[in-house]
Amino acid sequence: METKLIIAGHGGQGIVLMGMVLAHAGMAEGKEVTFFPSYGPSMRGGTANCSVIISSEEIATPVISTPDILIAMNEPSFREFESRVTEKGGIFINRSLVAGSPTRDDVELFEVEATRMAGDLGNLRVANMVMLGALAGATGIVTLPTLVRSIEAVLPQRRRGLLDLNIKALKKGNETISRSFSLSPERVDHGRKKRVTGV
Amino acid sequence: MERVLMKGNEAVGEAAILSGCRYYFGYPITPQNELTAYMARRMPEVGGTFIQAESEIAAINMVYGASAAGERAMTSSSGPGISLKQEGISYLAGAELPCVYVNVMRGGPGLGNIAPAQSDYFQATRGGGHGDYRVIVLAPDSVQEMADLTMLGFYLADKYRNPAMILADALVGQMLEPMELRGPDFPELPPKSWAVGQMNGREQNLITSLFLGGDTLERHNLDLQRKYDSIQKDEVRWEGLLLDDADIAIVAYGMSARVARGAVIQGRARGLKIGLFRPITLWPFPSIMISRLVERVRCILVVEMSLGQMVEDVRLAVNGRCEVHLYARTGGGIPTCEEVLKRVERLL
Repeated sequence: METKLIIAGHGGQGIVLMGMVLAHAGMAEGKEVTFFPSYGPSMRGGTANCSVIISSEEIATPVISTPDILIAMNEPSFREFESRVTEKGGIFINRSLVAGSPTRDDVELFEVEATRMAGDLGNLRVANMVMLGALAGATGIVTLPTLVRSIEAVLPQRRRGLLDLNIKALKKGNETISRSFSLSPERVDHGRKKRVTGV
Repeated sequence: MERVLMKGNEAVGEAAILSGCRYYFGYPITPQNELTAYMARRMPEVGGTFIQAESEIAAINMVYGASAAGERAMTSSSGPGISLKQEGISYLAGAELPCVYVNVMRGGPGLGNIAPAQSDYFQATRGGGHGDYRVIVLAPDSVQEMADLTMLGFYLADKYRNPAMILADALVGQMLEPMELRGPDFPELPPKSWAVGQMNGREQNLITSLFLGGDTLERHNLDLQRKYDSIQKDEVRWEGLLLDDADIAIVAYGMSARVARGAVIQGRARGLKIGLFRPITLWPFPSIMISRLVERVRCILVVEMSLGQMVEDVRLAVNGRCEVHLYARTGGGIPTCEEVLKRVERLL
């Protein structure tokens, strides 16, 4: 089972941190993971995105053309990536900043008031963790306790003061989810793999 | 062993430190900046020296100096910066100085772009600078291998007194993956009795790439060639996947090999008889192994992120005995498993 996610938003929303925490949590639960960020000038004020793959098998390429799940933290990212989501995939939108709705009906939609809830907690910047908590609640890709341990491991030293707030945000997002969603992508029979290495 | 989540560029840095490298000289360029930043932070912590040089040319010549003094030294860059370093690399090769240098490839020619590419293959495997020389070229396809091959690079560089290069691309440099930070595990090497520095009564050592008069340079070049011959005999590394009954072998290295691996696994699930041959050393190139593939497969498909560079080495190895096809992307384009499979299906 392999789940491919694209997380997108604008620079400053903590998109890369979301991806790293998610990848770390996948690793902590014994899965194979890859994380690939957008890098370069787009990080400074423009759109930011990253690709995360969590799999029970070895992962081929970290590049995702058709994600199983899209997390859109703002309107432009939603518009940019909506059409690429795989059929019967999931779209998580930050309803506080995304006015539009999907133009397709073959995807499962989750609307999370991430930025508003982060504001209720006192800091708009933890909208990312609200969303990650919601993702875990809806999909079970990783569990909430693992996410809590992973934010502890991944949060940079200079942000340690914000650890408790981030954990609160994860929990708050997790609680808002009342239904679950399970992906049923084409299962690939990986078959027998045999490797030889020559020296 | 505990797995840690690490970025490819940073894994190179930590592996260099684990290898005893205490001298890093760099100059910033995307997409390898995390390596320079990592070294700026870590070198002072381990009592090493980090210098952000005034240019790439200065950085490689600082490597020359540190290496001549017998220390493990490293520099890194991406395409345009590696081009600037070529003069220094040629001098290091001529003077038989070990070092590890890293090219996290981006799109070219010229300033190109900052997206992943493999278009510096010719430059890497043909020497790159002037003169009759070779460098050892190692091509990682995962964050784990970014670390493992960096450690191997330091070992081989010292063993053969020759520059070793890590030829990575922006994908493997920028991505994070779980990896195990295990230290180097190689046989002990003799002390560097050739190094310059305090003499303490020993004979004078001379490190130079200048050989004037008579046939001294020809003899030096023939000595170098004997060294290259022994590297070609003993240091070829490669990996194979599902080749035993394959009708088509895909040959790919680095991140192209990861894409090809996905295509092989998907293709096998559909009953297609395909396998993957992945060169890990690009020089020395696994020509003999590829030549043996011809006895088993119907044809070969080379997948690379350059418009037909490695395919030339594959064709030389095959020597006309089977068809060698190419699926290439360039300028930052990354092949997908589906595209590779489509090409395979057309060949079957």
